[in-house]
Amino acid sequence: MSFRARSRAALADAALQKALANVPPGFVAKRARAVAAWADFESVRKTAAAHKRAVLADLETHLARFTERAEAAGARVHRAANAGRARAVITGILRRAGARAVVKGKSMVSEEIDLTAALEEAGFAVTETDLGEYIIQLRHERPSHIIAPAVHLSREQIAADFLNAHDDLPPDRDMADNAALVEEARAVLRQRFCAADAGIIGANALIAETGTTMLVTNEGNGDLCANLPRLLIVIASIEKLVVDFAGAANLIRLLARSATGQEISVYTSFFTGVRRDDEAGGPEEMHIVLLDNGRRALLGTPFSDMLACIRCGACLNHCPVFQAVGGHAYGDVYPGPMGLALQPALKPAALEDGIIEGCTMCGRCAEVCPMLIPLPDLIRQHRFRAHEKGYGARAVRGGLRLWAWLAARPAAYRLATRLGGWLLRRFPMLARARGRKLPAPAGAPFMVRRRS
Amino acid sequence: MSSRLDTPRRVGLLVTCLMDAMRPAAAFATVRLLEAAGFTVDVPRAQTCCGQPGYNGADEQTARALARRVMEMFADHEAVIVPSGSCAGMLIHHYPKLCAPGTAEHAAAALAAKTSELCAFLHRHDVQPLEKRWRGGKVVWHDSCASLRESSTAEAARAVLGKIDGLDLMEAAEAESCCGFGGLFAVKLPELSLELADRKIAALMATGADIVCGPDPGCLLHLESRIRARDLPLRVMHVAELLAGEAPS
Repeated sequence: MSFRARSRAALADAALQKALANVPPGFVAKRARAVAAWADFESVRKTAAAHKRAVLADLETHLARFTERAEAAGARVHRAANAGRARAVITGILRRAGARAVVKGKSMVSEEIDLTAALEEAGFAVTETDLGEYIIQLRHERPSHIIAPAVHLSREQIAADFLNAHDDLPPDRDMADNAALVEEARAVLRQRFCAADAGIIGANALIAETGTTMLVTNEGNGDLCANLPRLLIVIASIEKLVVDFAGAANLIRLLARSATGQEISVYTSFFTGVRRDDEAGGPEEMHIVLLDNGRRALLGTPFSDMLACIRCGACLNHCPVFQAVGGHAYGDVYPGPMGLALQPALKPAALEDGIIEGCTMCGRCAEVCPMLIPLPDLIRQHRFRAHEKGYGARAVRGGLRLWAWLAARPAAYRLATRLGGWLLRRFPMLARARGRKLPAPAGAPFMVRRRS
Repeated sequence: MSSRLDTPRRVGLLVTCLMDAMRPAAAFATVRLLEAAGFTVDVPRAQTCCGQPGYNGADEQTARALARRVMEMFADHEAVIVPSGSCAGMLIHHYPKLCAPGTAEHAAAALAAKTSELCAFLHRHDVQPLEKRWRGGKVVWHDSCASLRESSTAEAARAVLGKIDGLDLMEAAEAESCCGFGGLFAVKLPELSLELADRKIAALMATGADIVCGPDPGCLLHLESRIRARDLPLRVMHVAELLAGEAPS
């Protein structure tokens, strides 16, 4: 199915439209308030964006340093070149440890490599513990937003899913408000945390100077995944590196404000190696899986800018197309402007179904991007490549060719615009098409009438 | 405002393809405004389109070829005026990106430096509107995305329109959101484009305005085509028409 077909279906989905109506007041307005209240936004944004680009310019050095420090603290670092390799590494770790029950924190990289499905297929019992992820796991769906995976759902839909899934609870229980749903999920998830053999979490930053992985959550589920089971696996993509804690601190300040309008996430946790002898909690065994999956190949290309992305979701929230169709229409775990820029960079086949057309070039995403990524420019680069490869509707390509021919020949161009205007005035029915009625121009084109 | 010395007397006008063909009255209004302020307006005969459809729509080669034509056409003008936020943004921000170092980057930079969107130019040179006293109904302003983010139009337009007595420009909710035109976007994803138009029209009409006025012929044509299809009581004016005392369409 093409992007156009999926977006049409999304526009016709009343439940989805109702849920998406929460995006502008929920995310856009809150971010605007948080940024307006923070005088340092522009300067921290510049510092953080420059920091990340400097790390990317010398990625191998920082990766080597991170690896050395993390292993010195007792973690084991694995490099995975692609999704299949990452899944195999993680499955192998869990098997060797004799784990069966796995609790998982939210991680877009795990979504990118379809980790949960692979683990379930390998016989592990996996529970997503981020509330939004838990809900979509019950529904066998993919996330529709990189920070709010269930943003496409209404409370009524979620209540129905819980009634269905938690069949040991009284069916007539009160599920009328959000608090009741949260409380119910909390009780179910508590049991899973306590029974888990292993935890898998993502990372918002990898801090090279100490070999530390950083994680922000609002629910604290990541900390329970990391600290209760004896085995911890962190999965992160290689571009999450920062040099030091100062670099990580700037990301925290930008991330929460850009994502949800908070000054800081509710939980911000740092994980450095395994439990030490004098510590009461923490994992006995820790593995860090660093995923490449096409990223290194972007270094030195315009798309390396996408490796600065911190997955805050601001570009999604502010995108008129995302606001109208939601994340599933993009057909990939990375939707919205960052998805349009990233998907075809990681896998060229993503150019084929037309997702890159899902952008009006309004520029609002670049305006709000905390890492100063020129998203419209990157999307346009993909369009150029798609055009060269001959993708796109034949009628549109033909129209573009005709326009290009005429635009280079002023005399012919005048005739065409003159004829077009005359036709619109003479045959008004031509002006009606696809829900529009073009106004007929009042008189011949300016360039035909103007004498000088 | 600038002194007479650095005020160009002869200006080049890139009338833009949509205004030329679909809204010629706004082009004449633009010329009248500039001439009344004492500028000689030169309209190069060879102009067609700035290349935006190719640039945003996919065809980089054609966009570059048209950019070169425009750069040559205005090589000798002191100032170039574009009555469209997105076309002005194209000349100011995007031509330099189309011309890699070693090609025509100096010409692109020179054109960018002397190009202004109409309202930005009128404001900078303290040009007075021809319309002195507004009696035409309630007007809501629609910033185009490019005029907000690429052409320094937003404040300038409000300042210039503020000189008209009796005109209380209204602001709509979600004013920073795109109207859904996007050039070929409207052709390639027509359902989405109409949905975004309807959202924008709803926000504009919620102000109680009779007229929507804006600096970008693209947004205005897109919105007007939808307003007419739905037979809604909202008329459309380009900012040049309003400043020059034209009637709304």
